[in-house]
Amino acid sequence: MPQPITATNDFVVKFANVNGSGSASANGLFAKSILRMGIPIASRNIFPSNIQGLPTWFEVRVSEAGHLGRRGGVDMMVAMNPQTWDRDVAEIEPGGYLFYDSTRPIPKSRFRDDITVIGCPLTEITNAAYSDPRQRQLFKNIVYLGALSALLDMDPEAVKGAIANQFKGKEKLIPANLAALEMGRAWAEENLACPIGLRLRRANAVGDRIFVDGNQAAALGAVYGGATVCAWYPITPSTSLAEAFEKYCSRLRRDPETGAKRYAIVQAEDELASIGMVVGAAWNGARAFTATSGPGISLMQEFLGLAYFAEIPAVVFDVQRAGPSTGMPTRTQQSDILSAAYASHGDTKHVMLLPEDPTECFAFGADAFDLADRLQTPVFVMLDLDIGMNDWLCEPFAWDPARRMDRGKVLDAAALDAVKTFGRYLDVDGDGIPYRTWPGTHLEKGAFFTRGTSRDRYARYTEDGAPYVDNMQRLLKKFRTTRSLVPRPVTTPAKEKARDGVIFYGSTSAAMREALAALEAQGIHLDALRIRAFPFHDDVAAFIAAHERVFVVEQNRDAQLRTLLVNEEEIDPAMLVPVLHYDGTPITARFIQAAIAERASAANVLPFRKATP
Amino acid sequence: MSYLPKPKLHHPKLPTNAIGLTRRDYEGAISTLCAGCGHDSISAAIIQACFNLSLPPHRIAKLSGIGCSSKTPTYFLGTAHGFNSVHGRMPSVLTGAYLANRDLIYLGVSGDGDSASIGLGQFAHSIRRGVNMTYIVENNGVYGLTKGQFSATCDLGSVAKKGTVNTDQPIDLAALAVQLGATFVARSFSGDKEQLVPLIEAALLHQGAAFIDVISPCVAFNNHPGSTKSYDYMREHNEALNRLDVMLPREEITATYAPGEVTEVQQHDGSILRLRKLKADHDPTNRASAMHHLLERKAAGEIVTGLIYVEAEPTALHEHLGTVPVPLNALGDAELCPGVEALAKINAGLR
Repeated sequence: MPQPITATNDFVVKFANVNGSGSASANGLFAKSILRMGIPIASRNIFPSNIQGLPTWFEVRVSEAGHLGRRGGVDMMVAMNPQTWDRDVAEIEPGGYLFYDSTRPIPKSRFRDDITVIGCPLTEITNAAYSDPRQRQLFKNIVYLGALSALLDMDPEAVKGAIANQFKGKEKLIPANLAALEMGRAWAEENLACPIGLRLRRANAVGDRIFVDGNQAAALGAVYGGATVCAWYPITPSTSLAEAFEKYCSRLRRDPETGAKRYAIVQAEDELASIGMVVGAAWNGARAFTATSGPGISLMQEFLGLAYFAEIPAVVFDVQRAGPSTGMPTRTQQSDILSAAYASHGDTKHVMLLPEDPTECFAFGADAFDLADRLQTPVFVMLDLDIGMNDWLCEPFAWDPARRMDRGKVLDAAALDAVKTFGRYLDVDGDGIPYRTWPGTHLEKGAFFTRGTSRDRYARYTEDGAPYVDNMQRLLKKFRTTRSLVPRPVTTPAKEKARDGVIFYGSTSAAMREALAALEAQGIHLDALRIRAFPFHDDVAAFIAAHERVFVVEQNRDAQLRTLLVNEEEIDPAMLVPVLHYDGTPITARFIQAAIAERASAANVLPFRKATP
Repeated sequence: MSYLPKPKLHHPKLPTNAIGLTRRDYEGAISTLCAGCGHDSISAAIIQACFNLSLPPHRIAKLSGIGCSSKTPTYFLGTAHGFNSVHGRMPSVLTGAYLANRDLIYLGVSGDGDSASIGLGQFAHSIRRGVNMTYIVENNGVYGLTKGQFSATCDLGSVAKKGTVNTDQPIDLAALAVQLGATFVARSFSGDKEQLVPLIEAALLHQGAAFIDVISPCVAFNNHPGSTKSYDYMREHNEALNRLDVMLPREEITATYAPGEVTEVQQHDGSILRLRKLKADHDPTNRASAMHHLLERKAAGEIVTGLIYVEAEPTALHEHLGTVPVPLNALGDAELCPGVEALAKINAGLR
């Protein structure tokens, strides 16, 4: 047997559970207890499209160094699901640990001899302590939490604090949970060799960071960004975004005297109606958004095109998942990049913001409304299931008290009286962005008939070719203006001069940073560029030009961002090496490291380009 | 084809309404529809109704989907904002617009293809949500812009211009609207201006989801013998339920009627709908009996027109949602942004 893994504040624990068994609460307590010890963690739910019965996993990455992506590999498996036993046992690293319910004997052949096996008779303990079947099930989870706290040398006060916090408002439940916790802890201390090689030690590495999921953060961003109309249709993994908007609005957006709502939320009959309402509301001067996922984006295509051509601000939060409709709704991917960037028939290009974590979901969630108003066009905020539905340890939300909404080029009645002529699609300022009016503004001036493209600069009906081309060219000019308004990419230079670079975005970022550190330790140095928006800032093309080749790391099969780079920046495809992860689980640092190291070392042996005369 | 503005000149003695506007001030661009199209008569009725009610035209938002009917908002209320949206999706765009600003008057114009086929879902949901709007379907039973295909309101057995007989059941949008909870439902005929204008007036004053199904013959593709949506067929089968007079709160009521001859419904804005009953067994304030009457007369081969159902005190979506009385698009940073202190508390709660 290999040496058991020893690690302090740097390991991966995975819980294999049955969906609907009440494990989520105990697993969440495990994660939050570690945070309360001042140790950074990242936790991820890997769950089925199901309410009860199917397998579900919860993975906790403990990293005092602050690596918050998925690492890959499992140091300790808490195997609570007989359905997935074999694959769960197989996933443990050599030298790792297996914790399981030893009430019923399991044949020796179902174990491995290169891991440490830790049995705890959880069912026996809970059957003896409780008579109600539901209690037996629920408290089994707390009992294993107690046993784990002893095995991993957790601070008991941190766990108790987490329990007290979890049941705030339902204090009656605290003593029973503490008793179950103690039951597990006492049994482990008495019967097992505690602690094991994986240990937790109080640290001071969390700081003032917050622990939150991206959907909540984006919803709060929409509240701060001044959104008043939300029209949506339930779809995993975006549902909790609309629900969080409602939760925050009902607290923060009521008239203090009457309680009346300063917002309107409509659960529409489908995604077509959702985006239709958003377009109607935005046309009429409200800040409006919808939250959806890939299948919703597909349904919204026609409206998104109209909004692009009619130049109506609309904000779409796309929490991406693995496609198609009957695909893997509870699995993560970055696979809507192209369908969002080029949404609709006809020639269109859309603005996309690419947040890396909930902090940016909040910031971009608010910025999206300023951008949409300023540019009079749809703006996509591209989350994914990993960012949207998992809790991330991230910087606290920040807001500049001096900030005011930028409503863009809107003419009110006084402005209409002051201007000589009003042309809805007239490029007055040379930036491609025309002026608009809201319905009901002026008795005689400023009204226009909104339609797609069959009109001239003054919104007068025409099907002539020249005004069509004129308009299409102005839209391109507007898109060029957009480059300087969207968030700039973030460059991280390598410690040593690097020939190669790497481009990444969104939820890949945390795993990428860990992979970069690991590659550096291997002697592979890469300059890194994190893209935060489309259209691409000029920095992006400059970064690519400054390197011999650039890896583009993405969570989809077809290298969608790479396609956008090739298409929009006219980059030689040979320059861009795709690194793709698309099995529906979040990308891991080890995957990225291996994929790049393999190609990088091959290049070191024979630099193909240089060998060619 | 290009934009044809109408000359601004008009006779100096044209009558003006309570806000000093002439009927011409409610007009739009010159229609590009076929000569004799029923839709142009409906546009004229809308102009007349808005003039009669002295509505400020710029406070009306006119929205439409796609099709001949949906082109018509260009031909009336030229100083109002209009939105020619997506096929079958006018109701959602109108709903959103209404959410943004509850103070404007929303006029949705659609066709039978737009509302009964591709947009049946949005039609239904906008009505069941109680969007405060006037929703007019210009119903000709046929697709005009694509040249003569049957629509979903085409009657069973109706014959197309090229001779095909329709074998599908028709959708009765007015009956559907009654069932879906519309608080104002009427049907009329583009050729009966006397009936249509007051119905549009009453619908515009109604503070809830008002629906009017207007049979509007298509002269190009559905006005031949064998069609059940032709001018001749309508004139032969039109059975009016009532005659409506709309009286604004400021108007003095002078006419007197014998008891039982009229039904009066006072709407929320104070306007009175005075209905001269033509059918004894129809009660326009009872949803179930209105529905029963519709189905019964349809079975008898009649096309029932007039005010079918009205709820005197309707409620609308904004009341259901509990939103503030000011338009949401008028709220500023102070009302919308919770500020840094609230954010600090939220951050603290997430640690």
